[in-house]
Amino acid sequence: MTSAALSLEQAPPLSVPLRFFLTAPLFGMAAAAMLLLAGPDVLLSRWSPATLALTHLFVLGVLTMVMCGALFQMLPVLVGAHVRRPRLWGGICHGLLAGGTAALAAAFLTTAPLAFRCALMLLGGGLALFVVVLGGGLLRAPRVHDSVRGMRWAAGGLAVTVGLGLALTLGHAWASLPILRVPLTDLHLSWGLLGWVALLITVVSWQVIPMFQMTPEYPRWLRRWMPAAIFALLAWFSLSAAVTWPGSSLPLAGLAAACAGYAVWTLVLLAQRRRTIGDVNLWFWRLGMAALIAAALFALAGRFGLPPAASRLALAPALLFLAGFALSVVNGMLYKIVPFLVWLHLQQRIGEHPAARGQVAPPNMRAVIREPRARAQWWLHAAGLTLLLAGLAAPVLLRPAAVVWFASFALLGYNLFTAARLYRSEAARIAACG
Amino acid sequence: MITDFMTGEHRHCDQLFALAESAANDDHLDGARSAYAEFEAALLGHLDMEEQVLFPAFEARTGMNGGPTAVMRMEHEQMRAVLGQMQRALAGGSMDDFLGLAETLNVLIQQHNMKEEHMLYPMTDRALAGEAGAIIERMRAL
Repeated sequence: MTSAALSLEQAPPLSVPLRFFLTAPLFGMAAAAMLLLAGPDVLLSRWSPATLALTHLFVLGVLTMVMCGALFQMLPVLVGAHVRRPRLWGGICHGLLAGGTAALAAAFLTTAPLAFRCALMLLGGGLALFVVVLGGGLLRAPRVHDSVRGMRWAAGGLAVTVGLGLALTLGHAWASLPILRVPLTDLHLSWGLLGWVALLITVVSWQVIPMFQMTPEYPRWLRRWMPAAIFALLAWFSLSAAVTWPGSSLPLAGLAAACAGYAVWTLVLLAQRRRTIGDVNLWFWRLGMAALIAAALFALAGRFGLPPAASRLALAPALLFLAGFALSVVNGMLYKIVPFLVWLHLQQRIGEHPAARGQVAPPNMRAVIREPRARAQWWLHAAGLTLLLAGLAAPVLLRPAAVVWFASFALLGYNLFTAARLYRSEAARIAACG
Repeated sequence: MITDFMTGEHRHCDQLFALAESAANDDHLDGARSAYAEFEAALLGHLDMEEQVLFPAFEARTGMNGGPTAVMRMEHEQMRAVLGQMQRALAGGSMDDFLGLAETLNVLIQQHNMKEEHMLYPMTDRALAGEAGAIIERMRAL
C-alpha cells in the first residue's frame, strides 16, 4: 500500500525529463549535418561508416534520448511505479547516453578501437542503468494491467538490443574477438526497431490516443496479445536467421502484418475521435501511422526481391520506420508533454508561494508553445521525410533533404527551448511574489 | 464495481468536454457557454462524489489520510483553478484563451483519471468490498 500511495505523487523535477528532451534536437541536427557533409555517398549501403554513425546519432541521440526522458516522467503515471532518486539516476543516465552516443558516432567514423571502447563503457553503463530503472519500476508496479505487461516486453526488447549492440561493439573494440557481424547486426537491428521502439510506442499509444484524442479504446485482445506476439515473432525470426528452413519468410510477414494492422487500427480510431480539434499531435500521429504502413509494405516487397537488396531503395523500410513512424510519434508527443509539464510545475510553484496566488496564472499549454510554430515544424518534418525518400531514388535530393531536416530539428529545439525559458522567467516571477 | 461506475463517470465528463471544446473551436460563443456549463456541472459533481463520499469512506476504512487521496484532492484543486480561468475566458469571449485552457485541463484530467482508474479505484474496491453498492447509491444521491 505504501508504494502505491507514493507513486500517486506528482512528477519528478522538471529538469529530469527536460534535459533529455532538450538534448535530442542537438543530436538530430548533428545527424542532419553529417548527411549534408557526406552527401549522396552516405546512404549507399547500411554498412558504410557514415550510415552507421548517422543511424546511431538518430536512434540513440534522438529517439532513445526522448523515450528515456519520457519514461522517467511517465512511469509513475502510466504504471504507478515510483522511480527513486530521479534527479540522480536521470542525470547519470542522460550524461552516459549523450557521451556514449557521441563516442559511438566518432568510433564508426574513425574506426579507432579506443573510441569503440569508450562507447562501450558509456553506452553500456547508461543503457544498462536505464534498463534496471525501467525494469525495476515495472516489477514494482502495484497493479499489473495491459500497459505494464506490454512495457515489460518492451524493456525485454531493449535489453536484447543493448546486449547484441554491446557484443558487436566488443568486436570493433578488440579485433581479435570472433563476432559474427552480419547475422548479429540483423538481429540487433530487428530487436531494436521492433522489440524496443515499436513495442514501446504501441504500448504508450493504447493509453495516450484514447486520452488525448478521445477515441474509443484499443480492443482488449490487441492490448493483451500484441506485445507477446511481436516478441515471439522476433524470437522465431532470430532462430530462422541461424537455421534456414522453408517458410523462414513467415516471421517477417507476421511482423509486417502486425505493424500494418496496428497502424490501420490506430487510423480508424483517430477517425472516430470525439474531439474535433485537429492539433499538431494528431497530424504527427497520422503521418507516423501512414509511414508505418508504407514501411511494412516495403519490407514485405523487399523479401520478394523488390527492390533488389543492393539498391539504395532497400533502405526504404528502415527510413520509413525510423524517420517516418518513430520520429513522427516521438516529435508529436513532445508537443503534448513539454507544455503540460511547464504548466504543471509552474502550478506547483504557485502552490509553494501562496502570495503569488491570484497574481500570477501559469501560461496555458498553447501559450507555452504556440500552435503555429509547432505546425511549421511539422511541415519541415514532413518535407524532410519526403525529400529523404525521394533521395533514395534520386540521390541529388539527399543534400536538400539534410538541409530541411536540420531546419526541422533546429525549430523543434527552439520551440522546446523557449518553453524551458518561459518556465524560468515565470518561476522567477512567482518566487518574487514572496 | 466502484471502478466501473466511476470510470463511466469519467467518460461521461469527457463527452461533455468534447462538445464544449468543439463549440468553442467553431467560434460558436453561445453554444460554447451552454455546453461548458453542462460540462462544468458534471465535473464538479464528480469531484464532490469523490471528496464527500468515496474518499472519506476509503480513508476511514484504511486510515490512509495523507496518502493517495490527498494527492487526488490537490489535483482536484488544480482542476477547479483552471475551470475558473475558463469561465473568465468565456465571459470575456476570448476563444483562444479558452481553447488553450481546455487543452491544459484535458491533459490534467486525463493523467489524473489514469491514476484513479488504474490505482485508486481498484484500491477502494478492495478496501470497501462489502459496501460498494451503498457507496455508489450515496454518490448518486448527491
